[in-house]
Amino acid sequence: MADGATLALPRVEAPPASSLRRFARRRSSIAVLMTLPLIAVIGGLVLWPASYAIWLSMLNRRMTAFIGLGNFEILLDSETFRMVIWQSVFFAVTAVIAKALIGFWLAHMLHHLPARGQRKWRGMLLVPWVIPPALSTLGWWWMFEPSYSSINWILNIFAVPAVPWLGEPWWARISVIIVNVWYGAPFFMIMYLAALKSVPDQLYEAAAIDGATGWQKLRYVTLPMMRNIISITVLFSLIVTFANYDIVRVLTNGGPRDLTHVFASYAFQVGVLAGNIPRGAAVSLFMFPILAVIAFFVLRGVTRRSREEM
Amino acid sequence: MAKEFGRRGAMRAGAGVLAAGVLGAPMVHAQGSGGNLRFAFWDHWVPGSNDALRQLGSRWAERNRVNLTLDFINTTGNQLQLTAAAQAQSRSGHDGISLGPWDVGAYADVLEPVDDVINRLIQKYGPINPVAEFLAKRGGAWRGVPATSGTQNKPPLCRADLLQQHAGLDVKAMWPARQEKGPNADQWNWDTFLRAAEACHKAGVPFGLPMGQFTDAVDWVGGLFASYGARVTDERGNPTIRGNQELRQVVDYAVRLSRFLPNDVWAWDDASNNRALISGRSALVFNPPSAWAVAKRDAPQVAENCWTIPMPAGPRGRFLAYLPWTTGVWAFGRNKSAAKAFLEFISERESAEFTTNFSGGYDIPPFLSMADFKVWETEGPPVGTIYNYPLKPHHDAQYSIAFSPAPPELASQMYIQALNTKVIARISQGGESMDSALNWLEREINNMRRGG
Repeated sequence: MADGATLALPRVEAPPASSLRRFARRRSSIAVLMTLPLIAVIGGLVLWPASYAIWLSMLNRRMTAFIGLGNFEILLDSETFRMVIWQSVFFAVTAVIAKALIGFWLAHMLHHLPARGQRKWRGMLLVPWVIPPALSTLGWWWMFEPSYSSINWILNIFAVPAVPWLGEPWWARISVIIVNVWYGAPFFMIMYLAALKSVPDQLYEAAAIDGATGWQKLRYVTLPMMRNIISITVLFSLIVTFANYDIVRVLTNGGPRDLTHVFASYAFQVGVLAGNIPRGAAVSLFMFPILAVIAFFVLRGVTRRSREEM
Repeated sequence: MAKEFGRRGAMRAGAGVLAAGVLGAPMVHAQGSGGNLRFAFWDHWVPGSNDALRQLGSRWAERNRVNLTLDFINTTGNQLQLTAAAQAQSRSGHDGISLGPWDVGAYADVLEPVDDVINRLIQKYGPINPVAEFLAKRGGAWRGVPATSGTQNKPPLCRADLLQQHAGLDVKAMWPARQEKGPNADQWNWDTFLRAAEACHKAGVPFGLPMGQFTDAVDWVGGLFASYGARVTDERGNPTIRGNQELRQVVDYAVRLSRFLPNDVWAWDDASNNRALISGRSALVFNPPSAWAVAKRDAPQVAENCWTIPMPAGPRGRFLAYLPWTTGVWAFGRNKSAAKAFLEFISERESAEFTTNFSGGYDIPPFLSMADFKVWETEGPPVGTIYNYPLKPHHDAQYSIAFSPAPPELASQMYIQALNTKVIARISQGGESMDSALNWLEREINNMRRGG
C-alpha cells in the first residue's frame, strides 16, 4: 500500500501568465468586450443623435450662433406652444389611462377563457398592434374623413346627425385618442395577461378560504402582484404616447387651429417644414427632462419592490 | 450529374448579379465621359408626367455623354422635404433637388448660385414670374431655377352648369377660351363671388374652399388677402396688423364667406376640395386642372361641365395663387456645371412645353412668355376648359403667394403654420372677436421673428 509520501509530486511553479491572458481571464474584461457592440450601437444610434439634437436646440434659426436656452424661452412665450404642451399631456395621459383600463379588462377576460379559445381571441385582439400605425391610421382617417366618413354614413342610416370627427376641436382630439387607444390597448393586454398568468393560484385559494370577494381578490392579490408590470407598461406607453407622431399627422395634421398638435407633429412642422430646425429640436426635447424624472422614480420603485420580493 | 459550383462560378454569378443591379438602377443614360449626375425631382401627381423629365434627361444625357440618374420622390409624408433637410444637414446626396416654395430660402447657404443660367434664359424668354423670383433669389443671387414640372396655379375651377343654374353666372361667356373678356367679366369680383357662394350653399352645392392648414387653403386665402391689399407684415417682417383696415376688411369678408361653406372645411386637406368637385357636391373649388382630369376619368358628366376661370377681383386687383417648384443645385455637389447645364436645358421653351403637355396642362412654366402653349387651348372636354388656367394678359391679374412680401425665413413659418386661415377660423369657428384674433396673430408673428 502506497503511503501518501511516495505519491506526493514535487510542487511545480506555474509559468507566469502573459498580461493579455490575465486581462482575458478577468470576468469584467470579458463583460466589457462582449457589450462593446451594444455600447457602440447605443452610442451611435441613441447618444450621438440625442446629443446632436440638444446641441441643435441651442442654436439660432440659421444655426450660426449659440443662443443657450433661447429657443425654449421663445417657445414658452408662444401661445400655440403652450397649447401644444397642454394637448400633449391631455392626449398622453388620457390615452394611457384608457389603454391601461381596456388592456386590463381584456387581459382578465382572456385569462378566464379556456386555453383553446384563448389563443384564437389573443391572436385577433393583437391585430391592431401588429398593423403599422401609419396604415391603420389611414383606415381610421377614411372612417372619420370630413366629407365622406363611413361612420357618419352608418349614423345617418339610424337618423343620427353626422359628427364632424376631424373638423370640430373636441371631436378631433377624441378621434386622435380613440385611434391611439385602439392601437395601443393590445400591448397592455398582452403584458397584463402574462402578469396574470404568473400570479400563483394558491394565493387566490388562500384568499377564497379567508372569504375574500372577487373585488378583494383583485384589490389585495392581483394588483399587488402585477404592480411592477403595470408600472413598467404605463411608463413605457407614456413615453411612446408622448412621442406619437403618425396618428396626428395622418388624421388631423394638427388642425383645426393647432388644437390637436402634439410635441412630435408640432416639432416636425416647425423644424422641417418651416425650416427652423433648432426650434423644432427644442420642441421635441421639451418633455425629455420631465419624462426622465418620471422614469427615474418609476424604475426606482420597481427595483425597490423587486428587492423586497427577493 | 450536377455541375460543381466552384469559386470561379461564384465569381461569375456575383458579377452577373452586380451587372443586373447596375442595369436596373434608374439611370437614364450610362455611357458618359461627362461624369455622373443625380437629381431628385418631385414625383408628379399627374400619372405619366415624370416621363417628360425622363425623356428630356435621356436626350440631354446622350448629347452630353453624362451618366444621369433621376429619382422621383413624392411629397406624401413629406418625403421630399425630409430628403432635402437630410442632405442639407449631411452635405451629401443628390447633385440637385426639387425644392418647395420656401425651401430655397431655408437652404440658400448650401445652394449654388445659378445667375448665369437664369440670365441666359431671361435673355431668351423675357421676364420670369415675380413670385418665382421672390422665392428663388436670396441676397441678390438666384439660388435655384424655377421649375416647370409640378408648378401650379390655383384659379377657380367651376361647375359651369351649377353656377348658371343656381347663381345665374355664365362663366363660359364671362371668360371664354379666347384672348378676351366676355360680358360681365369685369363684375367678377369677391362680392359677386360671395353672392354666388350663398346661392350655391342654399342649393346644396356649396363652394368647396378648404380653410385648414394645407397649401390649397393657405394659397387661395393668400390670393384673397392680396386682392384686398391686406398684408400682415412689411418687407422687413414687422407686423402691420394694428390699425390695418384692409386686413380687418378681408378677415371680415372671409368670416362671412365661411358661413356658406361646408361646416367641415376647417379639417379639409389638399384632396378634399378635389373630392368635393368630382363627387358633384360642389359648384366651385380653387385648384389646378388635376381635379378636372380625375373627373374626366371617374365622373365624365362632371368633367364636361368644368370650366377654369380667373380669380375674382378685390379692391386692389385680381391675384392668382401660384405654387412653384424650384430646382436647386447643392453647393456640395460634385458636378455643378453639368447640373446647371441640365437645368438650363429643361427650362427651355421646347422642354417646358414638352413637360406641360405630358401633364395635360397642369404644369406652369416660370416665364410669362410661355402662357400660350397649345395644350391649354386644346384640352377637353369641354375644349377650352383650361384655357384660362395660366395667367393671361387679358385677365388683368397678378401672381401671388401668401405672406409676401415678408422675408422668406418668416414667411415660410407663417405659411406652413397657416396663420391666415387660422385667424379666420379663430373668429368663425372659435367664436373669438376680430380684435382678439388679430392680437393673437401679431403675437404669433412676433414670436416667429425671434431667435435669429
